[in-house]
Amino acid sequence: MGERQITLEVMRYRPETDTEPVFQTYAVPCQEEWVVLDALNYVKDNLDRSLSFRWSCHMAVCGSCAMVVNGTPMLSCKAFLRDLPDTIQVEPLRNFPIERDLVVVLDDFMEKLRSVKPYIVPKEAPATPDGTFRQSTKQLKMFKPFAMCINCLACYSVCPQYGLNEGFAGPAALALAHRYNADSRDVGRKAREDVVASNVGIWECTFVGACSEVCPKDVDPAAAIQQTKIASTVDYFTDLILPGRKVKGGPGKAAGGKA
Amino acid sequence: MEVIETDVAIVGAGGAGLSAAIAVAERDPNLKIALLSKVYPMRSHTCAAEGGAAGVAKDEDSLDKHFDDTVSGGDWLCDQDAVEWFVERAPKELARIERWGCPWSRDADGKVAVRPFGGMKIERTWYAADKTGFHILHTLFQTSLQFPSIKRYDEYYSTDLIAADGRCQGVMAIEMRSGQLKTFAAKTVIIATGGAGRVFPFTTNGAIKTGDGMAMAYRAGVPLKDMEFVQYHPTGLPGTGILMTEGCRGEGGILVNKDGYRYLQDYGLGPPDPWPRKKAMELGPRDMLSQAFWHEQQKGRTIQSASYGDVVHLDMRHLGQALIDERLPFVRDLARSYLGVDMVTDPVPVRPVVHYTMGGIHMENLVETPLKGLYAAGECACVSINGSNRLGSNSLTECLVFGREAGQRAAEQIGSLGAVNDTLVKERAEASRQALADLHMRPHSGESVSGIRREMHDTMESGAGIYRTADSLAQTCTDMANLRDRFNRVALEDKSAVYNTDLIQALELQSMVEIAETMAHSATKRTESRGSHQRLDFAQRDDEVFLKHSLATYNGQAAPTIDYRDVVITKSQPAARVYGGDV
Amino acid sequence: MSNRPYVRPMAPSWYMQEGRYVRYMVREVTCLFIALHALVLIVGAFRLSQGPEAFNGYLQALWGPAGILLGLVLLVTTVIHSCTWFNLTPKAMPLWIGDKKAPGWIVVAAHYGGWAVVSLVILVLVGSL
Repeated sequence: MGERQITLEVMRYRPETDTEPVFQTYAVPCQEEWVVLDALNYVKDNLDRSLSFRWSCHMAVCGSCAMVVNGTPMLSCKAFLRDLPDTIQVEPLRNFPIERDLVVVLDDFMEKLRSVKPYIVPKEAPATPDGTFRQSTKQLKMFKPFAMCINCLACYSVCPQYGLNEGFAGPAALALAHRYNADSRDVGRKAREDVVASNVGIWECTFVGACSEVCPKDVDPAAAIQQTKIASTVDYFTDLILPGRKVKGGPGKAAGGKA
Repeated sequence: MEVIETDVAIVGAGGAGLSAAIAVAERDPNLKIALLSKVYPMRSHTCAAEGGAAGVAKDEDSLDKHFDDTVSGGDWLCDQDAVEWFVERAPKELARIERWGCPWSRDADGKVAVRPFGGMKIERTWYAADKTGFHILHTLFQTSLQFPSIKRYDEYYSTDLIAADGRCQGVMAIEMRSGQLKTFAAKTVIIATGGAGRVFPFTTNGAIKTGDGMAMAYRAGVPLKDMEFVQYHPTGLPGTGILMTEGCRGEGGILVNKDGYRYLQDYGLGPPDPWPRKKAMELGPRDMLSQAFWHEQQKGRTIQSASYGDVVHLDMRHLGQALIDERLPFVRDLARSYLGVDMVTDPVPVRPVVHYTMGGIHMENLVETPLKGLYAAGECACVSINGSNRLGSNSLTECLVFGREAGQRAAEQIGSLGAVNDTLVKERAEASRQALADLHMRPHSGESVSGIRREMHDTMESGAGIYRTADSLAQTCTDMANLRDRFNRVALEDKSAVYNTDLIQALELQSMVEIAETMAHSATKRTESRGSHQRLDFAQRDDEVFLKHSLATYNGQAAPTIDYRDVVITKSQPAARVYGGDV
Repeated sequence: MSNRPYVRPMAPSWYMQEGRYVRYMVREVTCLFIALHALVLIVGAFRLSQGPEAFNGYLQALWGPAGILLGLVLLVTTVIHSCTWFNLTPKAMPLWIGDKKAPGWIVVAAHYGGWAVVSLVILVLVGSL
């Protein structure tokens, strides 16, 4: 096991004493196979007990430890030192208020997630002896990739639309809305359109595509949003041509948006 | 101090806590629910469970077979009435979260697929590729968002139960973002805080699994049951302890030593062929597989890796890339990233790793603790359906089945419990405030959180690991008493209020030190070998004396008292555990 | 709440700060050139309606140095705009073959193929006039 000296520049913000964030530098003796999170834990355990950051699973599934490493948001438990230079700059996720150090305020996301109704709105109870729905391989594949989101929020950190427009529901929430829309067990698309197809939903997305580039779980929120736009547009025009079909909570300004 | 009044306070928002919250909300939407967690719900460690959740699904399977596998897997330390109750409800709860959207893997006919796990007569593990816990957790969390009566208190660290007048009347918790201590005056409290794997250094458990709920109940006078039983999972990645799911072996993976020999055949699990075969070889129970590794290590037949010490190889190359990518994509990625090994082309180095605490809060009636108004479910609770060694894939189901029951039981009994006693609650709250203030004010002494944690890890691993002796345990008991005493002198270096993780880690360490001590003392007193508790000096199971649950009771600054209680036997008399053969 | 979260403002020049944002802005800004191209063609149609002399003047302007430069700029930006959007189409329009999702390049290739066919038809039509 090789040892390697790393200079860790960590953005600090202590709301009780700091007026704005500052970088603090730590010299960290690291093992070659470490990830950035290991280096942060070394600091916490040996150099500075006051450094605050979130983490838990250390296996890229709980989503706690996303932060901006050398300019790019990533899970710090999967940011390998072997892929990084000797000086590593770590900041909290961008586009979120900083609570303290690397800890950001997540209230906004939590509310947005709730707003898109991310749960099954069932058609009817399955009439099978075991009480489960049947689902074909294809039906499963249609939504499964979008169900892989760990809510790490790296996507919000790079989404300029979220940065510019606080109201925007954002990539992860909209991807999860699409995940349920695309699930064969669900009939909640119309109910979700109140938010999803509103002026804080899909039409605020201008398809920058950065969300999908940084997603550590290959969820592809950009794809989810574009597909929702198409479905929503089709809905809008179908409603226009067949007014009798109109259902509560139509797609709003659907056709006015940019595809 | 702010007082939040609620009907049900649930501490922990993982699989069990969310199940409980939803159950309360469904049963009576007028009940106020406070769902507290030291992390956001989707960070809970349920998300790390990989392989699947057990519940009878196939026509040729039966509840009796699930019962038998569970009870023999637990080396007859399970309460059999509870196991019967559990296996009957298991498929119903798994079907319920299917209807809530869990993306279970499917058979060609569209039915939910099942895979075999270790110690199972027949395949009954429902799975969502190899991220089953993750999908269950997110399905539960997202489903819970539709219930307005569930009020979440995310990132609230619970410090103490309010136990007064022979009854639990609430819980104290620190709002981490402000540092303020708040009182949750609750008619009922459900603990669902998970296990305590973090008392050991090498574990699959996330940083949050520090046993806070167990410790809170323990300090409030509720005994901790069967704490000597700690499960080692046989296949963890060396270095990080990342889990290679039992599903790897369920799909046909094999374990070999440095000679390429399937060594499990030497430990009562063979013959090796035909393969794959249920309840044999690599599909034996976790305790026996981990113990076999230890013996191979003693014989010098493990593989010496320069960077990671002793390992054996988990070989899945014969499964082929298509199957691996369909059913084990996550662990393939984990092994590739963290170890640089692609299981499609190379065997994966693995070694046993601390995974699960069978022990936990003593349950008297499935989900009720001896303290009125206090319930528990999930890994923190000892029902006991897991006995001395949990059957793989029972734990996710346990969270769903008992989480739901805890919620329903709390909702049902709330009427008969009546209002909390404000004066008593205030008194307890003041005591908690004072204790926290004392911790903040403590002068520097040279003792540190990280230092004591490291020493606790060392003594637990060396003295209370896979194999134990009277001497090793005596040393660990002494060390732990010493560490508990020294913990009283730990001073915070960070005195700030907002998101003070120095403070939270200190409180977590306090929980861990208390729990580690119950493990060491319970293990010392159990002079037999059973399931995951193996004594080199007492190699046999002793049903005459030890067909009993141990109960560790809190004694303040003194060591815990260990008592015993009979195991409930209904239809399966203790017998030899038989694996391998021509099953 | 006693805490004081810090909000980092987004820099007005945010789109210059990362390669991915610059690429995005190039894709978006080139749509203006598509509009400009359309305008040039509309002017051409308008001049045609004013008689042969007017239309010849329009053609001469296009063949002047400025006109050629404009034509080149329009060609480059139109190609950039079209290609960047073509490359994004698999995200918006995933293609399923049986129960398998087809690789994205098929969707992209179909767009380029369609483009080639339309261009060919136009060329043939123009050539036969």
